Amino acid sequence: MGELAVFIILSAVILIPGVIVVTSGNIVRSALSLVPTFLGVTGFYIMLQAEFVAGIQVLIYAGAITVLILFVIMLTEGGSGVEVRQMNEQVPLGATAALWLAFLMLLVFLRTPWSLSPGRPPAYSAPAIGSAFLTNYALIFEVTSLVLLVALIGAIVIARREE
Amino acid sequence: MTVGLTHYLVVSTLLFCLGLYGVLTRRNAVAILMGIELMLNAGNINLVAFNRYVAPGAVAGHVFALVVITLAACEAAIGLALVMAAYRSLETIHVDEINVMKW
Repeated sequence: MGELAVFIILSAVILIPGVIVVTSGNIVRSALSLVPTFLGVTGFYIMLQAEFVAGIQVLIYAGAITVLILFVIMLTEGGSGVEVRQMNEQVPLGATAALWLAFLMLLVFLRTPWSLSPGRPPAYSAPAIGSAFLTNYALIFEVTSLVLLVALIGAIVIARREE
Repeated sequence: MTVGLTHYLVVSTLLFCLGLYGVLTRRNAVAILMGIELMLNAGNINLVAFNRYVAPGAVAGHVFALVVITLAACEAAIGLALVMAAYRSLETIHVDEINVMKW
């Protein structure tokens, strides 16, 4: 019962700021509403006993990406003012598409008999994640680090001021 | 009534569709990136939830969630650098006004 209550509270913490993110006319308010959404997702990870993913989520999403988005909003103030129209003319179309997709996906998810496993996850998963990254998923690990390096250089090159 | 896999799937579906709505209806390129972040978070919830309820002993879901988080950081950095470059040369970040390549 307590678990369900925590789940419902976390769902509200995720979805209510999520609605503000996509509907608010004030773009700074949208960006700041991302923080409770990301922290609610962190709560989900803790409920699912994925502590390491939860820590990385706080560091990268709630810490880095939100700050990056706020910086770019401040640097591009010409397009982000509160008096500027923020929604385009396809709001009815977008709402219809999103609602239909939600309906179809919920239908599939609620009707599929998932092959659930009753086992318990290990008490602490970080060592297993570390050894998996360096053995079975070593290629993914290396390629991801290469992508990070390329993205770093690419972001600097693209954002650099032309002489 | 305990919390099961379906609960997480329902919440992540709603979060994904919120992100899709944001991507489809926003004019501001930064707000579109925020919608993409919401969609990636919904995907991550699914990965970790399936890992917990379908294969509790494995860590593949955690590994792929971490890779997705890394690529989301890359995507945010590149996307926001593109927004900065577009703002410098075109003086706008509204994607419906960036139409110099549209014939």
